[in-house]
Amino acid sequence: MVFNPVGEIVGPIYALTAVILLILISWAGVRGLGLTGFFGIVVPYLAAILFFTGFLHRLIKWSKAPNPFRIPTTGGQQKSLGWIKHSTTDNPYTTFQVILRLASEVFLFRSLFRNLSLRPQTGTQPVSYASAKWLWLFAIAFHYALFTTLFRHLHFFTNPVPAPVRLVQNLDGWLEIGLPQVMVSGLILLGAVMVLFARRIFLPKLRYISLLNDYFPLFLLMAIATTGALMRYVAGIDTTSVKELAMGLITFHPAVPDGIGVLFFIHFFLVCSLAAYFPFSKLMHAPGLFFSPTRNLASNNRAFFHPNPWNRPVAFHKYADYENHFREKMVEAGIPLDQDPPSPGSKE
Amino acid sequence: MTVKLPTPEELSTIDYQLPETRWMETPAVLREGIFCHAGREKDLAAVHMPNPREWRVEDEDWKLPENWKQIILEGLRDRVDRFRSLQLFMDICVRCGACADKCHFFIGSGDPKNMPVLRAELLRSVYRKNFTMAGKLMGKMVGARDLTEQVLREWWSYFFQCTECRRCSLFCPYGIDTAEITILGRELLNLLGLNIDWIAAAVAKCHRVGNHIGMEPQSFKESIDFLCDDLEEITGIKIEPSFNRKGAEILFVTSSGDFYADPGIFTCMGYLMLFHELDLDYTWSTYAAEGGNFGFFTGHDVAKLLNAKIYAEAERLGVKYIIGGECGHMWRVFHQYMGTMNGPPDFLETPVSPVTGTRFEHAASTRAIHICEFTADLIQHGKLTLDATRNDHRRVTFHDSCNVARGMGMLEEPRYLLHHACNHFFEMPEETIREQTFCCGSGAGLHAGEDMELRMRGGFARASAVKHVQKKHDVNTLACICAIDRVALPTLMDYWVPEVAVTGVHELLGNALVMKGEIPRTLDLRGEELPNETDNE
Repeated sequence: MVFNPVGEIVGPIYALTAVILLILISWAGVRGLGLTGFFGIVVPYLAAILFFTGFLHRLIKWSKAPNPFRIPTTGGQQKSLGWIKHSTTDNPYTTFQVILRLASEVFLFRSLFRNLSLRPQTGTQPVSYASAKWLWLFAIAFHYALFTTLFRHLHFFTNPVPAPVRLVQNLDGWLEIGLPQVMVSGLILLGAVMVLFARRIFLPKLRYISLLNDYFPLFLLMAIATTGALMRYVAGIDTTSVKELAMGLITFHPAVPDGIGVLFFIHFFLVCSLAAYFPFSKLMHAPGLFFSPTRNLASNNRAFFHPNPWNRPVAFHKYADYENHFREKMVEAGIPLDQDPPSPGSKE
Repeated sequence: MTVKLPTPEELSTIDYQLPETRWMETPAVLREGIFCHAGREKDLAAVHMPNPREWRVEDEDWKLPENWKQIILEGLRDRVDRFRSLQLFMDICVRCGACADKCHFFIGSGDPKNMPVLRAELLRSVYRKNFTMAGKLMGKMVGARDLTEQVLREWWSYFFQCTECRRCSLFCPYGIDTAEITILGRELLNLLGLNIDWIAAAVAKCHRVGNHIGMEPQSFKESIDFLCDDLEEITGIKIEPSFNRKGAEILFVTSSGDFYADPGIFTCMGYLMLFHELDLDYTWSTYAAEGGNFGFFTGHDVAKLLNAKIYAEAERLGVKYIIGGECGHMWRVFHQYMGTMNGPPDFLETPVSPVTGTRFEHAASTRAIHICEFTADLIQHGKLTLDATRNDHRRVTFHDSCNVARGMGMLEEPRYLLHHACNHFFEMPEETIREQTFCCGSGAGLHAGEDMELRMRGGFARASAVKHVQKKHDVNTLACICAIDRVALPTLMDYWVPEVAVTGVHELLGNALVMKGEIPRTLDLRGEELPNETDNE
């Protein structure tokens, strides 16, 4: 193995290069070669196919592997005696309680909320732990902002635009500074992604464990949010044409209207890349959480039998063999036997 | 042979500096004091494990089968298909780092490969290389690497530096459980005959003789009788427990740590007193004498092999249900595995306390209850007379054992018992107890003698918390409900927090238990003088 002094920065540099390449490809393709049909129609359909088939394929693969044992991580008091308060969401006993536990993970990031950081021993000060909710804060801010942004974008794909989408759009624009409206979710998204990236670069432990696979989606999201913001606040965009394109795609009557700037195609290509990449990456942690056996199983194994589909027989040491082996010693110690009286010929 | 253990001063200066080389380019160093001795040929052969032979960890040549790579990769494929946990945990980690500083081995060693995320990456990198497209194409760039002998040594080193305590899994946003990774990683290693002596020897003995220490039936009975003699001296009451008795209502199973070594034996005396006082219709078994399960530290099939004897014995003796003693991983197996592996035990009945009539519905399938559940119910019904002043010389704190805390969730029952059995009880800081409890550092079969430095490092976080309450509240007693704890913690306390004794909960209960017809008690179960007022009756 060759010592690689720049090993740690190879990951982010490769990831950044990959994202820049994606930008250049779409820019050159649209601006240079005029391939608006390819980038406006072929790419999104391809990405959608990859996303849905890849996603489904992975879910089927996971579903095929059984949960041979019921192994929830218990994060609170078990259900036992009636007068002892049972911690229903952290140690679920019923299916409903399991759903509550999963919901607390999905919507509130319950486990991450527990996060602590280690304060190593210094001098006479013993090891201690400080609450470290900031990881939780930025993670949850990022995910909610991403969700809001995606949800807002539904207005491109619906006609008429459903009330909830309009409502979210209006709420999201509550800041009402300048024209066009500032979308808070987009700003939070970009800010949170930057923080999540910064911790991978600046925290030595994080830098040590991070891979190309961790930097790539972060850069991709940064580029997506930035191109989106550029369109909204700087370059401007012909939203009517974009909506026409989107509606065409979703109704399977694709056509690329005139007047859509190259910036949009770059933004769109990056989004398609993210979608196509999603099922083959760690981003599958999103559906994965629902499959996680330490979170989605009830801790009631003593009350209800949990079958193992491949339960294998074992040749355990039978009592009869044990008794035969220790017969004389057991007789002498007065331990009752199955076969009385001891048969003289069976020493071993 | 034995390496000198560094002093606590030396060991507490922990170097969290990361190596200059990336982890894949940093080979594992197998260092004396950290690793355990290799499993012996005879012990592997005794339970028909693959590749039995004599080998040494220090040697270049581990005498692997020629096709070892194929064996591992096929074994990995097989397990990915059989365990959703493994497949999912290989696929979804985002390396957020939330687990990094939650591991007691990382806290005590500063070795980055003891961060749970990297422990899993050791296996994940091989999974990527062989089972994912990106890994095949892009290799190291995406964290994929070939399986080499160096990688194998790394697995061996780090899967035997994990006590399967699941603390990381509590903090993981997706519940990725390093215990699963370690259990299955050790299973893979065992396909090549790579186990440690401390585990393999215990497994072999348990299989043939009936318990981890190889205590034969007559010696087992003798040691229990010996405890009863001591009890007669202390209480004036003669206790005569039964062994292998057919027709008893209850089979009692505990871990061998409770009947062969100080201080476990004092806990065992507590059980004996309690059962006698209740006139409980129960029996010990010499054949299924072991509740602990070192098979669980070897692989699922071996866990099942050893555990199977318990139900078989319950059926042979015709008991109605099982009570299990204070033991950590035994209860992880009893709670989450036993029913699935060897049940359902239709020949048993839902446990009902013969004293209070309480039906233990939460054990309606497995038909095994924890002694702390059983005793808590007794106290709640006012069935026991307890004189907590007999424990007044003890200022007590409680160590939740990892398996019971995070693989079961029995947090309140033992505390309820302690609150009734002693007057001076103090909790350690909340980040170190209950579901967030720290491991003793010696679980999952690592409480051997040769890896003492590892054990002291692993237990550093727990010891720090004990030291905290020792300073703050003058705590002198660390109570626990785990047999491995009772073996491991005294050494840990001597090293890091001298003057703290380790007891089981039922030892303290036994001290406090006022028995019918007892003589005025002047001694506690350890034969030490009780504090001032001893004549409470």
